[in-house]
Amino acid sequence: MIRPDNVLVWATFLPVIGAALILALMSVRHFLGLPKRFLDQSSRWITLVASFLMMVTSILAWAWFDPKAQGLLVQGKATGVQMVNRGIWIRPFNVEWFVGVDGLSISMVLLTGLISFVAAIASMPWWQGGEKAIHMAGMDEDDHGHGNDEHHPKHFSVRMVPGYMILLLLLMTGMMGTFVALDMFLFYVFWEVMLLPMYFLIGVWGGPRREYAAIKFFLYTLAGSVLMLLAIIAVYYRSLPAVLADGTLSAKHTFNLLELAAQGRAGQFATAVPIFGFAFTKIVFVAFFIGFAIKIPMFPFHTWLPDAHVEAPTPISVILAGILLKMGPYGILRFNYPLLPDATEWAANGIAVFGVINIIYAAYVALAQRDIKKLVAYSSVSHMGFTLLGMAAMTPMAMSGAVLNMFTHGIISPALFLLVGVIYDRAHHRDMERFGGLAKELPEYAGLTGLAFFASLGLPGLAGFVAEFMVLAGAFPVYLTFTVISATAVIITAAYYLWAMQRVFLGKLNQAYVGFPDVNWRERLTLYPLAAFMIFLGFYPQFILHAINPALQMLIQNLRPV
Amino acid sequence: MDIQPFMVAENVRSAGWFRPELVLTLGTLVLFLLDLLWRRSEARARLLGGATLLVLGLAALLLAAQPGTPQSLFNGMIANDAFASFFKWIFLAGGALTVLIAGPSKAYPPSRIGPFYALLVSIVLGLFLMASATDLLMIYMSIELVSMVSYVLAGYSKGDRKASEAALKYVIFGGVASGAMLFGMSYLYGMLGTTDITRFADAIARVPATVPYRLGLILAVVLVSSGVGYKIAAVPWHMWAPDVYEGAPTPFTAFLSTGPKAAGFALAARLLWGSLDVRGSMGGLSVAVGNVPWPAVVGVLSAVTMTLGNLTALPQTNLKRLLAYSSIAHAGYALMGLAANSFVGTQAVMVYMLAYLIMNLGAFLAVIVVERFTGSPSIFEFRGLSHRAPLAAVSMAVFLFALTGLPPSIGFTGKYWLFVAVIERFPGAGGTWYAALAVVAALNTAVALYYYSRVLRAMFFEAPLTETPVSYPTSYKWLLAGFAGATVLFGIWVTPIMDWTRNSLGMFYRG
Repeated sequence: MIRPDNVLVWATFLPVIGAALILALMSVRHFLGLPKRFLDQSSRWITLVASFLMMVTSILAWAWFDPKAQGLLVQGKATGVQMVNRGIWIRPFNVEWFVGVDGLSISMVLLTGLISFVAAIASMPWWQGGEKAIHMAGMDEDDHGHGNDEHHPKHFSVRMVPGYMILLLLLMTGMMGTFVALDMFLFYVFWEVMLLPMYFLIGVWGGPRREYAAIKFFLYTLAGSVLMLLAIIAVYYRSLPAVLADGTLSAKHTFNLLELAAQGRAGQFATAVPIFGFAFTKIVFVAFFIGFAIKIPMFPFHTWLPDAHVEAPTPISVILAGILLKMGPYGILRFNYPLLPDATEWAANGIAVFGVINIIYAAYVALAQRDIKKLVAYSSVSHMGFTLLGMAAMTPMAMSGAVLNMFTHGIISPALFLLVGVIYDRAHHRDMERFGGLAKELPEYAGLTGLAFFASLGLPGLAGFVAEFMVLAGAFPVYLTFTVISATAVIITAAYYLWAMQRVFLGKLNQAYVGFPDVNWRERLTLYPLAAFMIFLGFYPQFILHAINPALQMLIQNLRPV
Repeated sequence: MDIQPFMVAENVRSAGWFRPELVLTLGTLVLFLLDLLWRRSEARARLLGGATLLVLGLAALLLAAQPGTPQSLFNGMIANDAFASFFKWIFLAGGALTVLIAGPSKAYPPSRIGPFYALLVSIVLGLFLMASATDLLMIYMSIELVSMVSYVLAGYSKGDRKASEAALKYVIFGGVASGAMLFGMSYLYGMLGTTDITRFADAIARVPATVPYRLGLILAVVLVSSGVGYKIAAVPWHMWAPDVYEGAPTPFTAFLSTGPKAAGFALAARLLWGSLDVRGSMGGLSVAVGNVPWPAVVGVLSAVTMTLGNLTALPQTNLKRLLAYSSIAHAGYALMGLAANSFVGTQAVMVYMLAYLIMNLGAFLAVIVVERFTGSPSIFEFRGLSHRAPLAAVSMAVFLFALTGLPPSIGFTGKYWLFVAVIERFPGAGGTWYAALAVVAALNTAVALYYYSRVLRAMFFEAPLTETPVSYPTSYKWLLAGFAGATVLFGIWVTPIMDWTRNSLGMFYRG
């Protein structure tokens, strides 16, 4: 049933099937007289099963992916794109249903599968520790109200469960679809599909300032994506026709990203008529870049991220940091680099500057935080700067480091947000100044947090180190000064993490926190796989690199023709 | 002029193609009679609603039986083409849905709903004529028919000060606009010697290239546009919209925001793209009418209309007013299609009017659901609607996202094609301005999202004032689900809409 040519379709639409099931249950609830509790529990199980199957399909896709294969041929050249599934979607628009993966996207597909399942587990109410623990976390299922009671906020995992699960599943489909789409129009649709669930998940199930955070996230991303839409249409109207799925030639133009990349390589867009007196490629590059930079998030468009992260419930922060942020650099590598190689050359220095600002500025801001979730959020901004710097340098090593950084950050930062969630569920605040000495009460938690902090600050032997090292080493010959400046951020990073550890885990134990339960099994299920990945990738980064390197090799060759 | 035998023969021939309109005319009269006949019946409102649907259904059957081959009827008075038919379907659907919405809405007491139905059918007739008129007199007459009946229906709630104010404002603004239009028409006739708009292009070419004539033409076109601009509520003829939308009974507001706007755009497309322009060539119109680049003027109007509509919508707390300003903004978006002045642009306008019919009727239906229960269309009554009426809240969210233009929804389909129409013109005459227009529209989308999201916030994020579920009839539930379903479905299944609009526009009567 699941074959290489449809595995991506399954991976994309399994969550939607789950969402449809929940919706069906909701609509027959009154006819069958199902109790609320049954509906809640069944929607939880459906979500777990659907996201588990999604993870399985993404692992299957990973297993079937052959980095050395030629893949789909476009204009007689190998693209490395495999597991293609395509058909005509909207013929009058020349829009195709066209999905497939190359070395770049397969790593993101794997990441999406893993993190989605982790987020699904993290969305379940915990089931250990007896009545007291359950009440402490605000997870009582039976009491009424909408969880807006300030003194005893209801845990997000027991509020309007079916709605939450439907949105979470839709979000998963949007993310998976964005990474596998190879048609610009399809990409845009999935990109926007992802926005709506995110908006509601932050706005309904989030913290005290959730309304502000939700609309800020939505407005920023929408402004970027509308620019992107204009750029997509502009590129479309400068393109040449391509062969559609049924073998006919498309009318005049094409949305096919692989075909567009081949045309971009041949200079199709470089000769287009200027807009507002600027070169066409530069204008389009900037429009795409802003759309994606907002998602990264790149300074100065980063301000939505700390708000969204702080207000979002834990699993949503996990998805936001683990997957959504990766769509920015992924989009740049999928659109800007292959389609507009000459403009990429022109913009490289600018990208490097913004990368360095991200790295340094966000690290210093993180240093100033008292809220541990904000600290982790700013550290995300800082770490994504390394990806920008690596992409700007365009050496094979720096590029590999940049993409590897996307993957490792996609493993480490979800773990960090889960850890923040653990302590928040117990203490109901995240102020580091008010903690202290927790290592004594929660030794397992302290150990896991230490591991994740060290992985994030780049301790050799853990995942973060390899990626940062590769970026810095790869960028060194190109941007000497920038690399040196960026390297100093490693010290600042170490400083804010170590200081955070000191404030939370060391020192005198606050008596209010005596008797806190240590991590429970639900939390272990989410944290240990991620921790294992951090160590595994620290010693064997080749696991990811062997898949992405050939794809990046091709990308770089196209940028700088030999 | 004496009545010539051939004119009589032409009228007899034309009447055969005029059956849907004849049915609507007779239907109006029959409905008035039935209202009197059924005076004592308990089920009067239902019976009359059924009869209205029957009239509209019969007109639809006869319309479906007509081939869309373009031809002129009644000695060049109206055109019978697939382009007009497309809009006629929109009017029939809008009318029928308004009947379904108005019945249980509590906005009309059973004793007064009969005349409403009859007048609604007569507005549909007026809209039919607006979409097919090709003669200045016919254009004026059809606009007046729609306007006159609209004045009555806007002030339909007796003793309601807001309704009276709305009706009065509507009459005054409408009177000024139609007066200006008629004045402009007299100039046009004086200079061109014909009232047949399909002959305008050639007639304009013969106008002497002296300053007085040029100024006269410009003045005439501006004045005539004011009549059309008033119908579609474009800036600077938009001022009536918020008050009228607020004061009129909500079911009629829903119809007003979709039907007459679509008819206005049909008429504008006939004038601008179909007739004044010389065979669709960009230069034709601008050179012809006083060296003024009319598409650029429309483009500026479009940018101003969408920006002003969106910005003024920001502080609104009354949902009917909010949707009124949003409908001004949407007129601005649709004007992009006219500014493009191309086949694709006109097609985009058609797609957008269809999209707007579905999503805006849906949005107004959600407002009615809240208003008929709480008595107020204020945004505060929408608080916590996701708890009090989940289906209404979720479908309202779908409509608002579609109005914002997010995929996959029919609103995105329409907006995408408008963007395409504008960006397609880019390398070419005035290309840079088209690119700028696209950017303005893109930024407006973000502004629009902000005020739509205030409604979303109230519905989903804020706690309700009371826990009482909002009760509303089952028929509304089906309608809401149907509107929401169609909104999403036609965002994914786009091909039939594109094919229908393209084929319809392909059979456009050009004289």
